[in-house]
Amino acid sequence: MKQVIQVTINGKPRQDEVEPRLLLVHYLRDVVGLTGTHIGCETSICGACTVLLNGAAVKSCTILAVQANKGEIVTIEGLATNGKLHPVQEGFWERHGLQCGFCTPGMIMAGVQILQRNPNPTEEQIREGLEGNLCRCTGYQHIVEAIQYAAQKMRT
Amino acid sequence: MATKLIGERIKRKEDPRLITGTASYVDDIKLPNVHHVAFLRSIYGHAKINKIDVSEARKLPGVVAVLTHDDIKGVLKPMPCVGGVPDMHTPEHYPLSGGKVRFVGEAIAAVVANDRYVARDALDLINVDYEPLPVVVDMEKALEKGAPLLYEEYGENRGFTWKISGGDIDKAFQEADRVVKLRLVNQRVAPIPLETRAVLAQYQDRGVEGELTVWTSTQIPHGIRTSIAGMLNLPEHRVRVIAPEVGGGFGCKVDFYGEEVLIPYLAMKLKVPVKWVEGRRENIQATDHGRDQINYIEAAVKNDGTVVGLRVKVLADMGAYYQLLSPVIPTLTGLMMCGPYKISNVSMEVLGVFTNKMATDAYRGAGRPEATYLLERTMDAIAAELNLDPVEVRMKNFIQPNEFPYKTATGLVYDSGNYQAALQKALDHVGYTKLREEQKKLREQGQYVGIGISSYVEICAFGPSAATATGGWESATVRIEPTGKVTVLTGSSPHGQGQETTFAQIVADGLGLTMEDITVQHGDTAVVQYGIGTFGSRATAVGGTAVYLALQKVKEKATKFAAHMLKVDSKGLVFRDGKIFPENNPEKSVTLTEVALAAYLAKDLPPDTEPGLVATAFYEPKNFTFPFGTHIAVVDIDPETGQIKFRRYVAVDDCGNIINMLTVHGQVHGGIAQGLGQALYEEVVYDENGQLLTGSFMDYCIPKAHHLPKFELDYTVTPTNVNPLGVKGVGEAGTIGSTPAVVNAVIDALAHLGVRNIDMPLKPEKIWKTIKEHAPKKGPIIVA
Repeated sequence: MKQVIQVTINGKPRQDEVEPRLLLVHYLRDVVGLTGTHIGCETSICGACTVLLNGAAVKSCTILAVQANKGEIVTIEGLATNGKLHPVQEGFWERHGLQCGFCTPGMIMAGVQILQRNPNPTEEQIREGLEGNLCRCTGYQHIVEAIQYAAQKMRT
Repeated sequence: MATKLIGERIKRKEDPRLITGTASYVDDIKLPNVHHVAFLRSIYGHAKINKIDVSEARKLPGVVAVLTHDDIKGVLKPMPCVGGVPDMHTPEHYPLSGGKVRFVGEAIAAVVANDRYVARDALDLINVDYEPLPVVVDMEKALEKGAPLLYEEYGENRGFTWKISGGDIDKAFQEADRVVKLRLVNQRVAPIPLETRAVLAQYQDRGVEGELTVWTSTQIPHGIRTSIAGMLNLPEHRVRVIAPEVGGGFGCKVDFYGEEVLIPYLAMKLKVPVKWVEGRRENIQATDHGRDQINYIEAAVKNDGTVVGLRVKVLADMGAYYQLLSPVIPTLTGLMMCGPYKISNVSMEVLGVFTNKMATDAYRGAGRPEATYLLERTMDAIAAELNLDPVEVRMKNFIQPNEFPYKTATGLVYDSGNYQAALQKALDHVGYTKLREEQKKLREQGQYVGIGISSYVEICAFGPSAATATGGWESATVRIEPTGKVTVLTGSSPHGQGQETTFAQIVADGLGLTMEDITVQHGDTAVVQYGIGTFGSRATAVGGTAVYLALQKVKEKATKFAAHMLKVDSKGLVFRDGKIFPENNPEKSVTLTEVALAAYLAKDLPPDTEPGLVATAFYEPKNFTFPFGTHIAVVDIDPETGQIKFRRYVAVDDCGNIINMLTVHGQVHGGIAQGLGQALYEEVVYDENGQLLTGSFMDYCIPKAHHLPKFELDYTVTPTNVNPLGVKGVGEAGTIGSTPAVVNAVIDALAHLGVRNIDMPLKPEKIWKTIKEHAPKKGPIIVA
């Protein structure tokens, strides 16, 4: 039995019929067509699937689409406004915070959350804040610098 | 050139699509009516399959096909291994196995359904009658008499024996003052690109001359195309392989997997697009593993620390089958067994061993991290035994800077090097002398501080074709378009390294253009001329050189046009700020756009000149390159918990000339993270029944941000003369240099307790146990 869900994704409301077992990440990728959110592990460890649901960074691979009903979702595609990159996106570009790019959307969403909670984090706080996100390419140092860059930019 | 781009920190051209979520990896490509594949994989490490019943699975609505070995027998050929060694047993294996399975994760059935959830549902409806067989997962046990055999027909689990030697090893041992022995385990690890493997195939059947398009997450699209054409008996020109955005590879995607032929086969057979995206659990079960060697080392040394001979026996775990390059990987350990040292007498015997595990194959460094690990651990063991400083032992044995090109006892010719300079620079960064004094003081206060040094040389830029399994050249095309913009086609197939940027830097500098004027395309066999791919730190040194050579050719032609248009001699013309002009008369200029347009309109061609502005080069390297460096780790160990904390991590690398400082930093950072991961956290573990105990990220630990220290990077620059760019390659350096630095630091921290070795990964529990076990007694402790 399919269920109807109503969600707002990147500011746009929509309504879909989904199977109750459909994961939020598959809903976003396969039904809505927003493929920027990636799947890296299916056990909610790697964080490649991180999106903001009602303002909180969540792993969309371990949430059902029906659980997001009535919710407001922001994905990587919705982060830039009027063609202008979000400071965290800009930081990743400026500081070479990515290589293969697969973890990047989730990393950026996690970075946004870190700065929402603490606009002036220390390096250690950023590293702790990235606890839920894995990157195999960068060794994280440039990711930390990218988030520091964004913090600086958002404060001024 | 107004601004020189080579050598600068240039932001990547790749990034805008990757930070906005608009890049397309294989699973992001949506085709109408696509069907999804799920694989049933063996749950036993070793078993006979008496029967597979797929009838219930076939009945599930949405399922369109279920295949087993019987369906592909006689249709698909066995999977190839091109990295063979002489006189080896070569077992056959297929995309779907039948009769017998030999490791957990081996594919035995494939379900195709119109929905990915339904395909997985159907797996539960397949009944397999397994007859479990005795399992062997330990290499040493596998070689014992009476061990369970993976292949009865061979009568042994030894796949091959490969030997290398140089000098007079017996004489060296006779002349030695003493022999230092070590047994080291270089444990099995998993490459873990964040994007797992994925394949999508579409066959456009027109009755005649059908065309197959395959999207696959690979480092070698052209090789995959040739292989698929061969396996499916298709003419190669009607097969197109695309490596779209690739989410990391680290060597495990320099392979040709069964899924890469089975998915295209299914698309042709079923006449619908077919997609398979590997799950992470599958990825840890059935994508190449790396390392997995046991090294038995004997070093013949003089009392002053001079190493006169090195004899090593290597057991190399092949797993249950060879993948594309499996056997050749440990031979690289043999070739590099001299490292940066002048060891004139060497011998290595490698035994490839079959066990009930996934195959090992290339993983970042591929055989060279193992060489550096065994050498650098041995150097520290020699220092400890002779009571010498580890720096002194290294300095005493290094090849001297004036001895290059240097021929090693294993027959390689090192291009250039200054190992002393890199080591000294790293020592200066950590303040070595003072640090040793501090360590002594802290030891007296009961604090455990360790300093670990690792000096490495690696073999890169694979490589001369004569010495490379699949050809070692690379190709490039530089095409100046009619509007003066430039498209570069490269046979390299980057998957995160950033060659769209670095190659654009080379071309922009050469033509006097900006980064925005250049686009680099790769990874699509319908777009790019034949190429080899990205692995073995070869993309810039070999692929970049091909770009450079194509650039020179196209510049020569553009110069002819410019000279013709300006009515000047073509000698002395320069490219700068989008213009071409005589160096001594900048006022008399023509823009590259005007030249390009003239070349394509072709109204007034220079004598003996064809229209167009395109050049292609195939570059065959005359030698490998040999980057080097020294990494130093400084750690504190908490004796109460066994926890390791980094005080410093300093890396001084020398990759020859640097094209982009930003991406070189990135490569070194990432490399260190993986090498450090092996030293401290990572290990693929199978139990004695062949069950994989580390099958997800719950159990297989790749480092997180808070696991890693801040890396301090520096460089020395010793260009190579192997290629005109003077670049050596840097993709694997961090992985190679870091692992022994970290392990040496931990062992050094415990050296005063008499600890001489602990095998990786150095988990706190293991360290704590070592400390506790040692406390009441004296003498060396070995914990395996």
